[in-house]
Order: sequence, then C-alpha cells, then structure tokens
Amino acid sequence: MDLAYGPDHEAFRRELRGFLERHRSDFPGIGAARAKVLAWQKRLIEAGYAARTIPSQYGGHGAAPDILEGRIIAEEFTRARAPGPLAGQGISMLVPTLLEVGSEEQKRRWIAPTLRGEVVWCQGYSEPGAGSDLASLKTRAVEDGEDFVINGQKIWTSTAAQADMIFALVRTEPAAAKHAGISYLIFSMKSAGIEIRPLKTMTGHAEFNEVFFTDVRVPKSQVVGGRGAGWAVANTTLKHERGMLGDPNAAEARLAAIVELMTSESVGGEPVMANPVMRDRLMALQARVLAMKFNALRLISAQLSGESAGLAGLVVKLQGCEINHQLAALAIDALGELGVLYEGGAHLRDHGAWQQRYMFDLGLIIGGGTAQIQKSIIAERGLGMPREPKSAEG
Amino acid sequence: MDFALSQDQRLMQASLEAALARLSPLERVRAFADGDGAVARDVWAGLTKLGVAGIMIPQEHGGLGLTLLDAALAAEAFGRHVAPTPFMGAAVLAPLALMGAGSREQRAAWLPRLAAGEALAGVAIGEAVSGARDGAGVTARGGRLHGASLFVIDAAEANMFIVADTAGGLNLVAADAPGLTRTALTTIDRSRQLSELRFEATPAEPLADGDAKATLIRLRDATWILFAADMLGASGAMLDKAVAYAQERRQFGRLIGSFQAIKHLCAEMAAELEPCRALVWYAAHAFDASPGEASLMAAHAKAHLSEVSRFVARTATEVHGGVGFTDLLGLHYWFKRVGLDRQMLGGPERVRHLAAVMQGLAPAE
Repeated sequence: MDLAYGPDHEAFRRELRGFLERHRSDFPGIGAARAKVLAWQKRLIEAGYAARTIPSQYGGHGAAPDILEGRIIAEEFTRARAPGPLAGQGISMLVPTLLEVGSEEQKRRWIAPTLRGEVVWCQGYSEPGAGSDLASLKTRAVEDGEDFVINGQKIWTSTAAQADMIFALVRTEPAAAKHAGISYLIFSMKSAGIEIRPLKTMTGHAEFNEVFFTDVRVPKSQVVGGRGAGWAVANTTLKHERGMLGDPNAAEARLAAIVELMTSESVGGEPVMANPVMRDRLMALQARVLAMKFNALRLISAQLSGESAGLAGLVVKLQGCEINHQLAALAIDALGELGVLYEGGAHLRDHGAWQQRYMFDLGLIIGGGTAQIQKSIIAERGLGMPREPKSAEG
Repeated sequence: MDFALSQDQRLMQASLEAALARLSPLERVRAFADGDGAVARDVWAGLTKLGVAGIMIPQEHGGLGLTLLDAALAAEAFGRHVAPTPFMGAAVLAPLALMGAGSREQRAAWLPRLAAGEALAGVAIGEAVSGARDGAGVTARGGRLHGASLFVIDAAEANMFIVADTAGGLNLVAADAPGLTRTALTTIDRSRQLSELRFEATPAEPLADGDAKATLIRLRDATWILFAADMLGASGAMLDKAVAYAQERRQFGRLIGSFQAIKHLCAEMAAELEPCRALVWYAAHAFDASPGEASLMAAHAKAHLSEVSRFVARTATEVHGGVGFTDLLGLHYWFKRVGLDRQMLGGPERVRHLAAVMQGLAPAE
C-alpha cells in the first residue's frame, strides 16, 4: 500500500497545474458562448487534458492509457475549479463504443468532430415499453434498398433538441430472438420524420425528451458493429455509462458544500452546525462518502494490476447515487423552511440547487439501471446467487 | 499509487484463515463461551507460532515490526472466526503504549515477553475515550492508582495492564499488584472477556518517557480501527453464511436465494459492506503513514462499521429465517461479536461527535 504518486506523475501534475494557472482567463464560465467552450476544448485536446488517450488519427491526443493521469486530471480540474473537458453522451459513450467496434470509416468520420464538441449526440435506447427490460424494445428498422426505414418511439432522451446525431437501438431482425434482433444505428437528428417532444419531469424542467420516428431513412452502412449485434454493442456502451454514474468526486464536492452551508446558515442566531442531530447526519454521510472514495482507489489499483474488482465495482452505481441523494436531502433539511424555496426570489440559496438535485438524483437512482436492477446484478454476478427465471416471451 | 494489499499481506491472510479454521472452529468457540479458558490459550499459542503476538513489536524486541494495517487484517480474520484471542491488548495496544511512552527498561521488560506470547496485557482506556459510567475513572497520586475502570479489554488472563488516568497519563500496573481487583463482566459476547478493574492505592509505574497524551490518542485510534476490522470480518462471515444458506434452503419448491426478496437483502448487505473494506484499509494505512488524518479516518471506520455491521447482523439473521434465531446454528456468536464491538470505546453517535470535534465542526470538550 503506497498512496504516493511517483515522480513522473508528480511532474505531470505540476505541468497541469501550471497550465490551468496560465489559462485561467480562457475558462468558459457557466453560460459562456459556444465558441469559447469549443476553443477551450480544442486547447485541452492539444495540451493532452481532454481526449488524452484517443488515438491522434481520430482527433485525440494519442497518449498511452494511464489511469493515474486520468485521476490527476480530474483532481486538478476540481482543485482549480476549472471547467473540465467536454463530457456528454457522444464523448463518454459513443466514442469508446466506436473505438471498440466501429468501422474504420465510422471512426474517421465521427470521433474527431465529436471530441471537438462540433457534433453533439443523444442516446436512443429506452422506450415506453422497454425500460429495465431494454431488450424488449420495439422500434423497427425495415430494409428498403440501401436504407433502413425506422418507425417507433424512444424516451428519456436527454439533449435530443441540441443533438446533431443519435445512436439508437432498433429492431432490424424481427424473426430473430429477443436479444439477437437488435442493431445499433447512428443517424442524423435532422433527418426527415423525427419529432422531438420535451419531457418535463418533477423538477419542473425538461431534462429529457421523447423522440418519435416516422419513416426515417438511414443508410444501412450506419449500423455499428454489425446487424443483430446491437445488444452486445449497447452493453459496451452501458459499461461506460455505469462508470459515469455514482462518481465519488462529485459526492465529495457536494459534502464540502454542505459543510459550508451548515456553517454559514443559522437559525435564531445559532449555526445549523451547532445542532447535534444535523451534525451527526453530516458525519454519518461523510463516512459513507469516504468509503466510496477509498473504494474508488481500490478499483483503480485493481485495474492497474489487471485484477477483477468484483463486488467493489458492482456496488458503485447503487451506493453512489443513494449517497448523493441523501446529501441533497441533508442540505434541504439544514435549510429548514428555506429549503422549500425554488427557482427564484430573495431568500433562495444556491439557486435552488438542493431541491433540484434531490429530485433529479431520484431520477438517477432509477435511470441507468434502477436500484432494484442493480441489486439483482450484485446478487447474481457479485454473490453468485440464482439468475432471474426467464419469462415465456424470451 | 497502489491501494491494494501486498503479496505478503495476502499470504498472511491465507495462513491466518487456515490456522483459524483449525484453531477456532465454532465448536471450540462454544467451549470457550461455556467456560473452557484453555481454548483461548490454545488459540493464542497457535497464533504465536505464526508470529501474531509480535506483529507490531519491533524486531529488536523479538517481534515482526509490521504495521497496523497488518494488525487490522489479523483482527478481521479473528472477527471472521469469532476467535477468542487476547490479540488487541497483548499484540497491539500494550506494544503501542510502551513504544509511545514507555522507558527503555519498561520496553525491555515487557516487549520480548509479549512478542513470545509469554505475557498478556489488558488495556483500560475506555473512560478516557468515551466517558465514565457509574462513577468509574482512575486517578494517579504518588505512584498509586485509585478508582475503577470498566470494560477493560483483554484483562482476563493479563499479566499487566495499561491504565489511562483522569489527568491523561498512562500507567503500567502488574497483575499481581496489591490493591488490584479484577472482576469478569458478563456480556452478550462470550467469545471475548471484558473485565472491571478496581484500584485501591495500587502501585503503578507511569509511562512517562514519551508524550502520554499523544500515545493515548494513538491507542484510541488503533482500538477503533481494530474494532472496525473485527466488525468487517464478522459481518463478512455473516453475509457469506446468509448467501450460502439461501442457496441450500428450499421453500415453495425453490431455493430461497432465487427469490428477489432474499437476493436483494443479500445485495444490500454486500453494497453496504464492500466499501467498508476500503475504509478500514485506508484508516489503518493512515495510522501507519499519514498521521494528520489518522484520527478522523479511525473514527469514521469505527462509527460506520458499527452501523453497517448492525444492519448486516440483523439482515443475515433474517435471511436464515427461524434457524438463524437458534443457538444450534451459532450465527448469534457473530451477531453478538459485532454487538460488543459497536459499543466499545464509544458507540457511533459518540464517535461521530468526536469526528466533528476533530474537524472543528463541534466545540472541543
């Protein structure tokens, strides 16, 4: 056990720290113009702090994969409060998938502009009738000459309105078994026959959309990974998504914000922190946040040594999302009556972020594999308990 | 950066597992619980052969000179096997006290004997850490101790005691010192023995060659971490037993482990427990290598494992259904083991309060 970084990594950290100090004026703030956001991303790719390990022929920086460098980048951006590399579903899910299973032509065409932020993607997986049971999806893609013609509906599509492109799961082989009939298609969101309806959630905002396809034509060459292989391709993508959810760094930042909140907020002249019950809840959550932070260190070390992390990896989404939700709940409770304020007004704290998070986190507990699906995965893959019986339909 | 156990540590875990399967099977733990003190002596003799008695004692005094992380791995194994051992007092706390504040003579007198398994040590620091109950507390005046200490760890067969006094000093008391009475306490956990010590002008040597106050904090942190590790091991065993039972017990024509209600209980236990492993490792490693954060991490490990272990203990018992409630199965030895660990040196509320004090979030007492 040795938590020190070696001299090479410390040098990498110093270099990055210097870079962020020098470029403070280039940071795009919240609501910055798109041009400034894209310029920052371009600079980050050139310097090797975004798209670091993506091969340079596809527009990345081309460095060898190094988990510790990735971790240092995350730490230093947080420390400097610098806007990090662009994320989003194109960069975090589509790009790794294309790298793994895309054709050479697909890689060359799509990865670079996606990394630069010029092409924005959305994900078309879930359907009204296919949530946890995603493989039961019904959106059809029927062959017609060189094209597929797509009809159906997707739901829970975030950034659909801003997206240039979609990566979607559609049923191309109706005669095949449930999982074998699915293909992974990429196509333009500007195609004729696509209708986007914003899906307003309990937060009052439309973080998601419903997307309707009516006779949308897509060239057959835009299948990724082969016809009927969509389920396997999607699982490579979902693996990347699950890695994004339950990030312990986010929980740690949130905890620090609550410490500040409970110290600065007072009730009748007494700081909230002076309330032993509230303090006890804070300390209990701090322990859980730390446990997940150290669990993440364990995962990194397992990855470095090529060992399977087993349960330690399987529990991250379930625990991480739950802890974030409980942190938001604590912040609301620490605010007392102020905690009910939302969206605007004189007494609002933190732009109403805590209520917004409290609600949106519940969405994250459900999304990306519900907590109940996660528990079944932990029991079956982590503890070796019996699999769910398959239903008659497949 | 390497947050993983070393090859040596994994080998030690494997050899402890093998040894404990032989030395501390359930029927022997039962015999100890029913009053056969020879079991604990036998377990300790077997563990001493593996070097466990000297695990943290410097090599110059006949020990292995290993770290608290190594000791925590051993404690985890003892919790896993509900093993009756005098490990905490003899192998970790007394050596830490002597190395932290003992004189050259005191170290030379005791460390080699402790390392050889020839002497055992009890540790009375509860009042200093978690506050006094029933008027307990020990005062030191003119080389003599007065008062009482409750819930003394590993006192039953001890040849000497490390005793904290109300002024923050540490004292070394021989077990045969005049004016000392030792009374066994009957607790839920019969796999270990807590005692009450009463001092009536009992002669004692102060541990005065180092910073006794700082040493007491080290003793507290180490104890918290070892209790946390014990809970990690005991809870891990309970989860394993629940998962195994769910895959052999049939009801309604199915293995009960195929019901989601049961699977999800097991998943919840695993989801709570697995990250605790990293927390215990980190706290122990901080004790060894990062003193600035050691106390906070020790506190969080103790408090959090207390909560998770209580959840695992009741849930694993429920997964076993009625048989989990019986004496015959013996699951209750683990249930009670974590029940005792939780209360010692401060329950979770007390320890979390101290964690807040350490961070300046609550006023110091």
